[in-house]
Amino acid sequence: MPEPLPETADVPSSRAVEAGVQTLTLETTPPIPVVVEKSATKKLGIVGWIAIIWIVTIVGSAIFASLLWIPRPDQKFLALAGDGPSLAHPFGLDSIGQDMLSRVVYGARASLLVSVASVLFGLVFGGILGLIAGYYRGRIDTLLSYTFNVFLAIPQLVLALALVAVFASDPAVTVGKRELWLVIAIGLVSIPIIGRITRAATLAWSQREFVLAARSMGAKNRRIIVRDVLPNVLPAMFSISLLGIAVVIVLEGGLSILGVGVPTSTPSWGNLIATGRNELTKIVGAAPQVIFAPSIVIFITVLSLNYLGDVVRARFDVRDSAL
Amino acid sequence: MSPLRRRKEVSRTIAAKPSAARLLEVNELNTAFKTPRGLARAVNNVSFVLDRGKTLGIVGESGSGKSVLSRSIMGLLPKQNVVRDGSVLFDGNEITHLSNSAMREFWGTEMAMVFQDPMTSLNPVLKVGRQITESLHYHLDMDKQQANETALALLKSVGIPEAERRLSEYPHQLSGGMRQRIVIAVALACGPKLLFADEPTTALDVTVQAQILNLLQQQQRERDMAMVLVTHDLGVVAGRADEIAVMYAGQIVERAPTRVLFAQMRMPYTEGLLKSIPKLEQASHTRMQIIGGRPPDLVSPPPGCKFAPRCAYAQAKCHSEEPPLVEADSPGHYFKCWFPVGTPEGKDALERNLAAKLPQALAAVGGDTNAAAKVEAEV
Repeated sequence: MPEPLPETADVPSSRAVEAGVQTLTLETTPPIPVVVEKSATKKLGIVGWIAIIWIVTIVGSAIFASLLWIPRPDQKFLALAGDGPSLAHPFGLDSIGQDMLSRVVYGARASLLVSVASVLFGLVFGGILGLIAGYYRGRIDTLLSYTFNVFLAIPQLVLALALVAVFASDPAVTVGKRELWLVIAIGLVSIPIIGRITRAATLAWSQREFVLAARSMGAKNRRIIVRDVLPNVLPAMFSISLLGIAVVIVLEGGLSILGVGVPTSTPSWGNLIATGRNELTKIVGAAPQVIFAPSIVIFITVLSLNYLGDVVRARFDVRDSAL
Repeated sequence: MSPLRRRKEVSRTIAAKPSAARLLEVNELNTAFKTPRGLARAVNNVSFVLDRGKTLGIVGESGSGKSVLSRSIMGLLPKQNVVRDGSVLFDGNEITHLSNSAMREFWGTEMAMVFQDPMTSLNPVLKVGRQITESLHYHLDMDKQQANETALALLKSVGIPEAERRLSEYPHQLSGGMRQRIVIAVALACGPKLLFADEPTTALDVTVQAQILNLLQQQQRERDMAMVLVTHDLGVVAGRADEIAVMYAGQIVERAPTRVLFAQMRMPYTEGLLKSIPKLEQASHTRMQIIGGRPPDLVSPPPGCKFAPRCAYAQAKCHSEEPPLVEADSPGHYFKCWFPVGTPEGKDALERNLAAKLPQALAAVGGDTNAAAKVEAEV
């Protein structure tokens, strides 16, 4: 980074000014590392592939969990309760003898279902609202942007907590219904975030000349939005959704700890941590793997999603600047 | 396939009317933008007529309102923050205050526009073929095969080699000149009667410019299409336009059939534009003739003639009273000047200014850059 320019008024001798200029030029001249940028944006790189493999593994094992060579998540090995990792049970067992690997794999189902569904929910509604606000601008944009900002001012966790608590906190509600409300609550929370990103990208893209060109060829607004603007905005939306899925996985965990996540009868990464959190404070017979197994899996998943989101964004940037 | 694709009902009100000789008639068109500082009058009292199959060249420097004029005629400007009045008659239809949905009857099929920069006027994520066939599907109700065949024929007619392959390429795979040909093909797809070419060659390489202009001219002749060719280069319109309108500060300051304009120009601004084109027969390192200064602020333009502060001929009268647009000796030649070029009054005025060593006069006659800088500082 160049130093701030020396203020000529305060520097009496011209030599000092020259020296300042010299350091400036010296510091600004190093060549831009083009090669590094290229390899980072054009190729996925090892990290990118690891991230993809991880995500594919997680999603694949969640879908085909019942076909895998693992015990049922509620099968109890009472004799081994609280044991640490072993060959037969790589992630160890919890305090009532349930296999942690199995619980994490089955837990991925609920976690991924809730996070993907709620991000899709936010993507559809936030995306449509963002496109409308960014394309039409004017009053409708003011109205929508204010609404987004108001919703963003409310802490997401609190808003989601309130919605689930009001509509689905009754212990009698079924797992499916609770999950549906989780999706709606988290989805609602993500609408303003995705909406604002979409709006910003739409604002930029709808100023482009090809939108005017489409208009001058008699295309209707809705057609221009769908055919001309949306395909260009999509990469930004996709990138934010990958990040969003990561955020929602963590958010669902938070809601579980507060007691309004996926009901504990169905394992999810969030409620595994929530139900296991007293393991850490136990003095005798603690089973820390109950916390660590899902936490580490969440950590790697979130990291992978973030990384892939970044890769998508970087590719999108390159394509934009190349035109 | 887009789920939103709709076949348009054929409800043409325009086709029924008998076609008048005059395709486009613009009467006292004004267009202003609301800005925080006040109204910026980008188009001021512009009138002209354009017959079928003819070409009107609109010439002026940056910021003279050329592009706004063509967009205003087409009704492409946003409705918010824009004040428009006057009248635009297209093929006998009053289209000045039509809604966007009513204008869609005209856009694409009756009038189309070729934009300045082919890098930005094509959608980067749609294949070229798709961008052409889209309006064919939509306006002309063609099925997929018909549209593809038409698109192929269009690409061939705008001189694109290997047209079949190009149809399935993206804009970034093509060169600038090629892209502009595509843009032209898109604009011509539905056979418009009037084509606006908004500086179609500004973003292109000089060697490609002539090709594109020739292409436009050839297409225009084949289709008997009228064209409004907007440019800042008098050389571009010299051999191609039937009539030329010179714009300055949103006004037409001189308008004449091309031959007449070049033979007997009356407006000092037109003279300045022409003189500022370097000539081949001049010795090398000849100082370029320039018009000092910049176009006026459109929010608060000078009270008299808008060009007066930069004009070599300007007298006291020019700074206080705005000259009217009057007809010259030859028919169809209009100009807006108190001391026109090529008249005794004009000659007197110039001599008086030179004697008084007015910087704008020195800049215009001797190409004196110091004087030009002085004008720049004053304007």
